[in-house]
Amino acid sequence: MSDGAVRASVPVDERLRSSIMRRLGRSLHVRHLDAGSCNGCDWEIAALLDPYHDVQRLGIDFVASPRHADLLLVTGIMTRNLADAARRTYEAMPEPRLVVALGACAISGGVFRGTYAGSDGVAETLPVDVLVPGCPPRPEAIIEGILVAVGRLDVRRAGRQAT
Amino acid sequence: MTTSRRAAASLEAGAGRASRDGGRGAHEQPAVCDRAAALASLEDRLGHAVEASGSDDEVVVAVSGAELPRAVEAMTALGATHVMFLGMDLRGLDPDGGLAVEEVLATPGGPLVRLRAPLSPERPSHPSLTGLVPAAAWDERESHDLFGIEPSGHPDLRPLVIHEPIEGLPHPLLRAPLASCEPRPPRPFRAFVAHGEGVYELPVGPIHAGIIEPGHFRFSAVGESVLHLDARLFYTHRGIEKLVEGRTFEQALAIVERACGVCTVTHATAYSRAVERLTGTEAPPRARAARVLLAEMERLYNHVGDLGNICAGVGFHFGTSRLGWQKERLLRLNEGLTGHRYLTGMVAPGGLRLDLDGAAVTALASAVDGIDHDVRAIVRRLVRSDSFMGRLHGTGVVTAATARRLGAVGVAARASGLATDLRVDRPTDAYAEIDVPVVTHATGDVAARFHVRAQEALVSSAIVRELAGRLPDGPIRVPPARVAEPGTSTLAGAEGPRGASWLWLMAGRDGRVERLHLRSGSFADWPVVAAAVPGNLVPDFPLINKSFELCYACTDR
Repeated sequence: MSDGAVRASVPVDERLRSSIMRRLGRSLHVRHLDAGSCNGCDWEIAALLDPYHDVQRLGIDFVASPRHADLLLVTGIMTRNLADAARRTYEAMPEPRLVVALGACAISGGVFRGTYAGSDGVAETLPVDVLVPGCPPRPEAIIEGILVAVGRLDVRRAGRQAT
Repeated sequence: MTTSRRAAASLEAGAGRASRDGGRGAHEQPAVCDRAAALASLEDRLGHAVEASGSDDEVVVAVSGAELPRAVEAMTALGATHVMFLGMDLRGLDPDGGLAVEEVLATPGGPLVRLRAPLSPERPSHPSLTGLVPAAAWDERESHDLFGIEPSGHPDLRPLVIHEPIEGLPHPLLRAPLASCEPRPPRPFRAFVAHGEGVYELPVGPIHAGIIEPGHFRFSAVGESVLHLDARLFYTHRGIEKLVEGRTFEQALAIVERACGVCTVTHATAYSRAVERLTGTEAPPRARAARVLLAEMERLYNHVGDLGNICAGVGFHFGTSRLGWQKERLLRLNEGLTGHRYLTGMVAPGGLRLDLDGAAVTALASAVDGIDHDVRAIVRRLVRSDSFMGRLHGTGVVTAATARRLGAVGVAARASGLATDLRVDRPTDAYAEIDVPVVTHATGDVAARFHVRAQEALVSSAIVRELAGRLPDGPIRVPPARVAEPGTSTLAGAEGPRGASWLWLMAGRDGRVERLHLRSGSFADWPVVAAAVPGNLVPDFPLINKSFELCYACTDR
């Protein structure tokens, strides 16, 4: 296979790995939630696990249950039909929990803005920590977004100690 | 051992299994039917002359609601197959226009026949066609949800698209409330489950383990065996058909192509072809060839990724990982060609919005050749693995009869022996100049869908390499030849990675969208998945599901 180097070598990878290591003790567990996307963002999330990006080497794992998740990675406009299940997914997560709205639709409804079938973005339903723009965002942008979100854990913990 | 050797041999035989008449046995080859024959059959069955308009390849026939079943029978007797059924509210252009439904059938080798029945806006209702054409079951439920049009006698009128009634908007696609419109009583969704000693219910979803789209499945199982599967989908319903109403053709394009983020070329092509038909426009040669090249790149990256996903369905990570690697290489080629990893924003009415990158086109053939070589090598190793192929053989069988009855399209149909492919049956753009072998397989199981995909990926790779070498020069886009006349409608199809996708389009005033309906390949194939599961083990469901690789976003819209 002529490509040679398999792994992307952008420095953001290393920064994310050390941030996860410092803040969470080795690993970040992510729950993916498709709340009415076109499936584009979701395939870019799936690409994070291919041999090029392989985010498991950074300590990231995609988990089946929200009860095991530190971070909810949400794509799509948040449709009416799914809003209830999405809310219950978030409620099942242990604290401290992070929400990343991924892609134009999750941020603002994108091209589907104004539809009867859902809301203009995820923030109307869930407390969003980080917005990752793109249609869809590239895998590198998703990694960068997760890095920013993990950085928020310090703020979250400091806030909890203060109260 | 013998099974997997045979499978390996069939892969290596390559185009040996692929033929234009594939699995369509001579005894079941329907006679070719033209416009005159279709109309004669209709008039004979209905007992009166019919009013027909349209062109040689697309006939619109006015029938009454009550006549609809007989008209459909006249068409199916000629071997015509169901394409789509849709409701429409014509009061946007004419306050007295009322409502209507249209059943579209494809006659073999002949025109699309569109049976249009006007309905009273007082209480719109028509006899259900589901008994005659089981493939129409979901379409009728959809028009019931969106327009309040009642298919009387429908065996299953549970809500489909709109799960819970929307306050103040009982039927979201109506232009104005119906004269008789009462608030829709809440219709609770009750899953169909089996009862009896030892039968248990297994609810799964809508949110699943893994990076996949949402859908709810209710299994009735005895021990490990599935007795019945009831699926509730449409969790990603975004209301695209309402959103595009009143937008210009150009504005609507961005929404339509995002019906599905990984079939964007398919949807954009079907939409653009429909707009071109309404505006009498013909895309220039370079665009017609480039569209085919892009469509085949789309099929190639999807098929390669989907082969990997079938491996994921049995937990065979060698295949998932190796093929995921090849898919990523293809996505990077896409980006070089178009600036977008999923080819979005290229195809447009009148041609292409952007030209392909010249240097990327020059390098394309050898890059695709390298990927083709690696994919062949990986697939060869997979089909020689007994433990892998053992899970695929005999799992999730769809017989040819079931596939035909439920209106299967794409890989699902071809893996059950139906030689149906819009690229050959109704070629558009540069497909008319290319020889596309239709790959079929007789067994209808997961293994058959695996083999069909593997061989189709190689066919796509060959087409890409051929076209990359002889892409015509010249303009990429022409302006519309005329403004589409308000009230005119047409439909256009495209064979995507998930099968034939059909788009129905009616023009409004000033070149805007009046009504658009998208019947994706995934929408057509979902009921086939539900039929493939009973009799299999519960843990084989993810594998069966992945072997169809249907898109929820395309289905739910």
